[in-house]
Amino acid sequence: MKLNYYGIRAIYNFEMARTRRTLMQSIVAPVISTSLYFIVFGSAIGSRITEMDGISYGAFIVPGLIMLSLLTQSISNASFGIYFPKFSGTIYEILSAPISPLEIVIGYVGAAASKSIVLGLIILLTSAFFVPLHVEHPVWMLFYLIITSITFSMIGFIIGVWADGFEKLQVVPLLIITPLTFLGGSFYSISVLPSFWQKVALLNPVVYLISGFRWSFYGIEDVSMLLSLGMTVAFLAVSVAVVIWIFKTGYRLKK
Amino acid sequence: MTNILSISHLYKTYQSGFEALKDINLEIAKGEIFALLGQNGAGKTTLISIICGIVSPTSGQVLVDGKDVIHDYRDARELIGLVPQELATDSFETVWNTVTFSRGLYGKPPNPAIIEKILKDLSLWDKRNNKIMTLSGGMKRRVMIAKALSHEPSILFLDEPTAGVDVSLRRDMWNLVKDLKDNGTTVILTTHYIEEAEEMADRIGIIRSGELIMVDNKLALMNKLGKKELTLELQNPLKNLPQELEITGLSLSEDGYELIYRFDSKDEDINIAQLLQKVASLGIIFKDLHTKQSSLEEIFVNLVNSEAAIHEA
Repeated sequence: MKLNYYGIRAIYNFEMARTRRTLMQSIVAPVISTSLYFIVFGSAIGSRITEMDGISYGAFIVPGLIMLSLLTQSISNASFGIYFPKFSGTIYEILSAPISPLEIVIGYVGAAASKSIVLGLIILLTSAFFVPLHVEHPVWMLFYLIITSITFSMIGFIIGVWADGFEKLQVVPLLIITPLTFLGGSFYSISVLPSFWQKVALLNPVVYLISGFRWSFYGIEDVSMLLSLGMTVAFLAVSVAVVIWIFKTGYRLKK
Repeated sequence: MTNILSISHLYKTYQSGFEALKDINLEIAKGEIFALLGQNGAGKTTLISIICGIVSPTSGQVLVDGKDVIHDYRDARELIGLVPQELATDSFETVWNTVTFSRGLYGKPPNPAIIEKILKDLSLWDKRNNKIMTLSGGMKRRVMIAKALSHEPSILFLDEPTAGVDVSLRRDMWNLVKDLKDNGTTVILTTHYIEEAEEMADRIGIIRSGELIMVDNKLALMNKLGKKELTLELQNPLKNLPQELEITGLSLSEDGYELIYRFDSKDEDINIAQLLQKVASLGIIFKDLHTKQSSLEEIFVNLVNSEAAIHEA
């Protein structure tokens, strides 16, 4: 099978160059906001909460904070990456180039996921300044970091294709992802919820991502590690399926 | 000569039900410059967009150098360069980066020498490190052409290349097309400026309401449909057209100083010498005479109007 390697590289480099141009909003802003979370939740309020599941509160929120940034940044980077050419009209070039849908996705999603992975690692390093860092299963930690970045970049790509205005780009991260992440146990273990709300929380897909990711840090879990893993892979599979459907039908890309 | 583009029974109906293209059949030879003429909304851009992969056809087949644009899209698209009608550029990128990006996108390894040559040919070399947003409209148009040429395509589509472009750029564009032709590149352009087609094209296709109503060699088209006009400037004005000169196509100007004869250049019965003898025998003295061949524009307008009239009837 022929692979348009130069085409993938062109899209990837183009998107990474955009990150370098917008370094402040791509990397610096999330790092600052994460530091603020540490100061507010970790030191100020967290000092009143001694432990959560046997872990100091400041350390407990690290995986959740990384996930929060990973999810929102993956979506906003990837959605903007594909939405902007649609908005400016330069999408004509992507559509008329000898490049397959898969290669286009590798380029855009690969770049967005790369940024998120770098961002996740930077936040991890930042957190080391506030709390003692401890990663029990580093390989699994990287696995969750990478898979989640890819999955949510893919979701971002889908949103970017679907959106026909800048507001729509904001709607999903603001109205769906952020609430789900906050309610998904970023700042608490869902075991502290009343039993009814624990069951409701299990409907929230982000619970599984955070639980699995936190397990890779501290070996503690809200839901079983295997279930988290299964759900994480399932999200990836669903987003891949939607992307395939978009290119098969030309949805919102071709007339 | 082999055909680089071959379109057969191509139809496009948009979701709205609008039939943009109806049974288009067209063969374009390698190295040819083909102009697609038509009014706004006639289907020119839809046709180009289907060939380039931006719009999906409803039915029919398009082959680029024998490669199907849907099944062998990679091989087909590698051969194609497209300059769309609307100015769409990455405002925040530099000229050099955006042209290099295009070459990569089309699957070609980096080649700074080629990019340099293209930028120099298009007078963009001095602007290579400028962000596109700082360029004028005409310069942006050049950037789009540079992008389309970056992967050395063998067939270039120019969709309304000189819409909203100043005279000097238009001249440059025409020269560029001539250079491309000399290098063996096939150029297909759409335009509603007839003079552009007249200036550049070898062959012309006229599209109206999604139908290709005529395809012919430019000169043949002008000969076939061209009207000629002979004007005799008279020494003394005539009050009325003499009875002997009441021939179809002959008329007298309002001031009486001009005898105007409109005739079909392909009509073999026309005998100008005979007419002039007749004028002389009537004692009408003319001080000058000139002839004018109708332009492609007049031909086009006549053709589109008459076709429209037939359809309305």
